[in-house]
Amino acid sequence: MVKQLTVISGKGGTGKTTFTSSFAALAENAVIADCDVDAADMHLILQPEIFEIHDFYGLDVATIDKELCTDCGICVSSCRFAAIGSGKVVDVYKCEGCGVCEYVCPANAVSMIAKKAGEYYCSNTRFGPLVHAKLGAGEEASGKLVSDVRRRASELAEQSGKDLIIIDGPPGTGCAVIAAITGADMVLVVTEPTKSGIHDLERVVQVARHFRIPVAVCINKRDINDRLSVSIGEYCKINYIPVIGMLPYDNIVIEAMVEGRSVVEYSGGKFSEGIRSVWGKLENLLVQEKEGLVELL
Amino acid sequence: MKIAIASGKGGTGKTTVAVNFALAIGNTQLFDCDVEEPNCNLFLGLDLDKQEDVSIAIPEIDSEKCSLCGSCAEFCCYNAIAKLPQRVMIFPKLCHGCGGCQIVCPENAISEIKRPIGIIEKGVHAGSGISFFQGTLGIGEPMATPVIRRLQAHIDEKAVVVVDSPPGTACPVIATVGEMDYCVLVTEPTPFGLNDLVLAVEVVRQLKVPFGVIINRHGSGYNGVEKYCYSENIPILMKIPYDRKIAVLYSQGIPFVQRMPQWKENFRAMYHEICSISSENTLQDSYSGVRN
Ligand code: SF4
Ligand code: SF4
Repeated sequence: MVKQLTVISGKGGTGKTTFTSSFAALAENAVIADCDVDAADMHLILQPEIFEIHDFYGLDVATIDKELCTDCGICVSSCRFAAIGSGKVVDVYKCEGCGVCEYVCPANAVSMIAKKAGEYYCSNTRFGPLVHAKLGAGEEASGKLVSDVRRRASELAEQSGKDLIIIDGPPGTGCAVIAAITGADMVLVVTEPTKSGIHDLERVVQVARHFRIPVAVCINKRDINDRLSVSIGEYCKINYIPVIGMLPYDNIVIEAMVEGRSVVEYSGGKFSEGIRSVWGKLENLLVQEKEGLVELL
Repeated sequence: MKIAIASGKGGTGKTTVAVNFALAIGNTQLFDCDVEEPNCNLFLGLDLDKQEDVSIAIPEIDSEKCSLCGSCAEFCCYNAIAKLPQRVMIFPKLCHGCGGCQIVCPENAISEIKRPIGIIEKGVHAGSGISFFQGTLGIGEPMATPVIRRLQAHIDEKAVVVVDSPPGTACPVIATVGEMDYCVLVTEPTPFGLNDLVLAVEVVRQLKVPFGVIINRHGSGYNGVEKYCYSENIPILMKIPYDRKIAVLYSQGIPFVQRMPQWKENFRAMYHEICSISSENTLQDSYSGVRN
């Protein structure tokens, strides 16, 4: 069985990609999926060589044929999303692609057209296969694109006999995060000891619990606020969440990033050791039966 | 004057800038549109009053009237309705509330009920005269945009409005930034920061909203972000240095303008710069930063 690990953070900037790219370097037999489709940045470290490109289509959008339009205005009053403006122009950013306007138009002036919303790619990297994506600027349906990326990553894992998929998840708690964690065997939350860090951690843990996925936590930049690091530890303890790492702020992270390397490749220092130890614990948790872990929830 | 604070991704200091900026100008309306993770009030600590529930209308099927024709399920492009042999099933979280199923049902078997997905709250910061609004999306709810739209209904067109946008470049950001007069993009001086900034710039250019950049945690030694801004003619409005004092205040939830008053002046100066850029734009009918 191919196991799936999703790394999330509640919010960006906690060092999620630093960890994921190092895990990619440490994992022996994994496919990597960059599901932060909104602002993908794994490629900066993994330098992928693309061997496959797929178009991604989001929802259709409405267009109105001015020749056929009789200006009756039924579409305008039927659109719940206020997407049709003056002159019967559809605002593509507001259109949700529901097709109501097409249905109600008595003059057959509206048609729904498919719109390319982005691309996703399969690539080779020095750490193995990577599936990643680019969502067009301002496009919707990022959850759907995340699902496509994960599906392709699963296929690649099956085909190439890999036993793990490492998923770099998107920030937040919305549709894209839900798509990135559903069906995963384990979620690692990378957090930081700030007031907002704790707040976001709590929300994202609730989401993971909602979908009954085991959670582990790693605290990054622990020395920014030692007191809050302790509170995060307490919160996790009360909620039966293992804290599998606590790493200090370290400039090595930025240095490695500027060099386009993962931290574990770039240096063998303390921070790298910390990541290695987190990875070891994660591997252990992943081999434990998922059912057993869910019992804890 | 409506100013959005945005960034290609989270963690760049968007919320810090929004809160400190609003506090520095004073008498503003501050909106936290990051409805998945509203964090502004962690720095303001206000008592919030609930203003309204945000709901979307989802279908309810009267099984007495339903003839199981399946038209509703066929019409629904979000797969929120499934026709089973004995009944029709609704998946509320997939429903966008377009109302299409009700229109297509030949038996008039569909009515709508409200499903709450989030709330809007308000608080007032007495010291600075800030009216603060935040929207919170329910846990596990996928659709942020309706909450953002409801929040925006509270914008007072005559006020100075500061908006903390959601991270990323997808639908919720468009919903937020598209309605603004100016957009401040907060980034950090790393290759990741630059990568995300380039994506964010693509979006604001498409939206034709004038914009400038704040470099947060400046001083890493990496100057790719500055080079990019100069070459693209994008104004750098401010550089906030990496300063342990600021990081510690942040971790404690204290807006740094309250402890480091010189920054109040810096943010005010930035506000005046933004105002003059915008009025220039109205005169010339073109947008700084939108020009290539
Ligand atoms: S497809 Fe739906 S959302 Fe788009 S314009 Fe038509 S009615 Fe509005
Ligand atoms: S369209 Fe109306 S009658 Fe047909 S299956 Fe749906 S609810 Fe039943």
